[in-house]
Amino acid sequence: MTQLTLAKALNAGMRRAMEGNPKVIVMGEDVGKLGGVFRVTDGLQKDFGEARVIDTPLAESGIIGTAVGLAMRGYRPVCEIQFDGFVYPAYDQIVSQVAKMRVRSRGKVTLPVVIRIPYGGGIGAVEHHSESPEAYFAHTAGLKVVTCGNPSDAYWMIQQAIASDDPVIFFEPKRRYHDKAEVNTELSAPPVPLHASQIVRDGTDATLLCYGPMVKTCLAAAEAAEQDGQHLAVVDLRTLSPFDLGPVYELVRRTGRVIVVHEAPITGGLGAELAARITQECFFSLEAPVLRVGGFDLPYPPARAEEEYLPDLDRVLDAVDRVLAY
Amino acid sequence: MSPDAPSSGPVAAIPPTDGLKECTVTTEGTFGPAQGSAQEGGPELVQLLTPEGERREHPDYTFDLDDEAIRGFYRDMVLTRRIDSEATALQRQGELGIWASLLGQEAAQIGSARATRAQDFIFPSYREHGVAWCRDIDPLALTSMFRGVDHGAWDPGAVNFHLYTIVIGAQTLHATGYAMGIQKDGCVGTGDPDRDTAVMVYFGDGASAQGDVNEAFIWSSVFNAPVVFFLQNNQWAISAPSEKQSRIPLYRRSSGFGFPGVRVDGNDVLACYAVTKAALQQAREGGGPSLVEAFTYRMGAHTTTDDPTRYRLQAELEHWKHKDPLARVKAYLTRNGLVDADFFAELEREADELAERVRSGTRAMPEPNLAELFDLVYAEGTPELQEQQRWYTEYHASFHDAASAEVAR
Repeated sequence: MTQLTLAKALNAGMRRAMEGNPKVIVMGEDVGKLGGVFRVTDGLQKDFGEARVIDTPLAESGIIGTAVGLAMRGYRPVCEIQFDGFVYPAYDQIVSQVAKMRVRSRGKVTLPVVIRIPYGGGIGAVEHHSESPEAYFAHTAGLKVVTCGNPSDAYWMIQQAIASDDPVIFFEPKRRYHDKAEVNTELSAPPVPLHASQIVRDGTDATLLCYGPMVKTCLAAAEAAEQDGQHLAVVDLRTLSPFDLGPVYELVRRTGRVIVVHEAPITGGLGAELAARITQECFFSLEAPVLRVGGFDLPYPPARAEEEYLPDLDRVLDAVDRVLAY
Repeated sequence: MSPDAPSSGPVAAIPPTDGLKECTVTTEGTFGPAQGSAQEGGPELVQLLTPEGERREHPDYTFDLDDEAIRGFYRDMVLTRRIDSEATALQRQGELGIWASLLGQEAAQIGSARATRAQDFIFPSYREHGVAWCRDIDPLALTSMFRGVDHGAWDPGAVNFHLYTIVIGAQTLHATGYAMGIQKDGCVGTGDPDRDTAVMVYFGDGASAQGDVNEAFIWSSVFNAPVVFFLQNNQWAISAPSEKQSRIPLYRRSSGFGFPGVRVDGNDVLACYAVTKAALQQAREGGGPSLVEAFTYRMGAHTTTDDPTRYRLQAELEHWKHKDPLARVKAYLTRNGLVDADFFAELEREADELAERVRSGTRAMPEPNLAELFDLVYAEGTPELQEQQRWYTEYHASFHDAASAEVAR
């Protein structure tokens, strides 16, 4: 067991993947000497060389487009997009090329590309540095989308994503980069499959569904609710495409009440898809409509207003009160 | 190839505007809107066989193959044109949803593709039927795509020829990345002709305006990637003439990115071969990227859905017909007694057979099975998709069951 921040855990995971497979390469803006703007790739270029840790020109479409070619040549590129709001120049390459290549080649071309994206708000950043674009990618057939909420998942999930033969969009909760927790790096194999959700707190009164940066928020909300005698379960979804909802349905059937929490805007967000599926699968167990707590349908606000914009402990508890009132 | 000399062309002055003292744009030769002519390639055009079928010498480029090779190129072009005309006819008959004709671009495609080695990897756009022919892609794989049966059914890794890319210019980045992989594999500059590898990517004058193409220029230059950018300037991006894409001749774009560019007569199969061969060899030797602009003409419509009479003059087409890429080779072969009547008769027979195979093979194609696609999206399938597949299969089968019950009754 070792104590690692989420950022260091990602770094250690990538290091282990690179040691295990010489075809794994890291590429992105400032990932070399600087170690990335969040230092997630710190030291990798020093140890693996410039041929495997590539400082790229500032061109996101170029990062993903060349990763496609490198993957076709047998490499396993791990691409860093510096911030969530900078992924859109690469959107065409991701959606039109990366996602479709396997099916259009009838399975002859697979693209084991990992696209790491620091996402979400809460760090007081300027425009385009705090967004949650996961629904765009989860909506696209051919991509897999995952996100980690704690250092242990960061360490293992990044390795699992790199080992995946399918393209994986890997969302990293940037405001949790410096959260520290125990990581068992001694294990020979990942403790949990990549595409599995996890019940991180059991409960009887209502279920909170969340992922990435909101896991910590929801756990804190559940802790606070406990003091009021409300027993909330919390599920860290971890995998956003495909979903793993078997454990969720079981919890919902027990608790009868569900709240989905994400930073992304409500309309057309993943909460809508989750609500639809839960309603379909657990209709007769539901005591209340599935509620959603998320960002407002606004462009991400200026940083000094983001505390008002983002779901927080109080907004979650407000939803708990509403869902329990039915 | 050597980098371009500084511009010696005329200088067009743009009147000063507020905040700008002076802005000049250089143009060269007869190219560009100032001259109003995109008909000629200008004095920089590399040409080894004139439209009249006369061989020409060039100080930098030599066609180093024999007449047997030229007969082979002619056969390639005739058969490719026949595939193209047959596919156009099939579209008119409702057998294809759409077809993108390569009419007029046969020399650019055959000459360049025949200059590659087997290990070189090619990334086409979507009109490269001649290149596909040279990579032994069954023409039926092309018609199946345009019929709507599949998205391209060949294995790119088996023939070193990627699937067609329809999003304009996206493939230039794939080519650049692939070329970077070749470098990492140590397959550049070893001196071993069977090991050293280049990448060639096809795109057009319209694509030259795309961000991805410009990013690919930057990346390939910065990483010195072994990639040849083969730009077929067919003068028209659907209805937009090439002067809407650029104020300078397109081959000169590369100099700003730090690598050489050359303009070749795209209707001259000998010159296209010689120039591309040199560019590929430079890439294989570690000399980095280069841009070849094949100055040609799209004699047909953009696709079968297009009507070029709405935006261009018949006179322009007539002008280019005099530069037909096949006619000049035929003239050369005939005038020099390199072929006899049997050669043309045999080729005609071969083309007829090929056309018949394309026709009957296309019509006989089975309909695609949607249920199969569910298994192809991911290397490791997802429960969600498997569930949708199961539902679709049962739903689909229920109609057969109902029909069977009806028959039994």
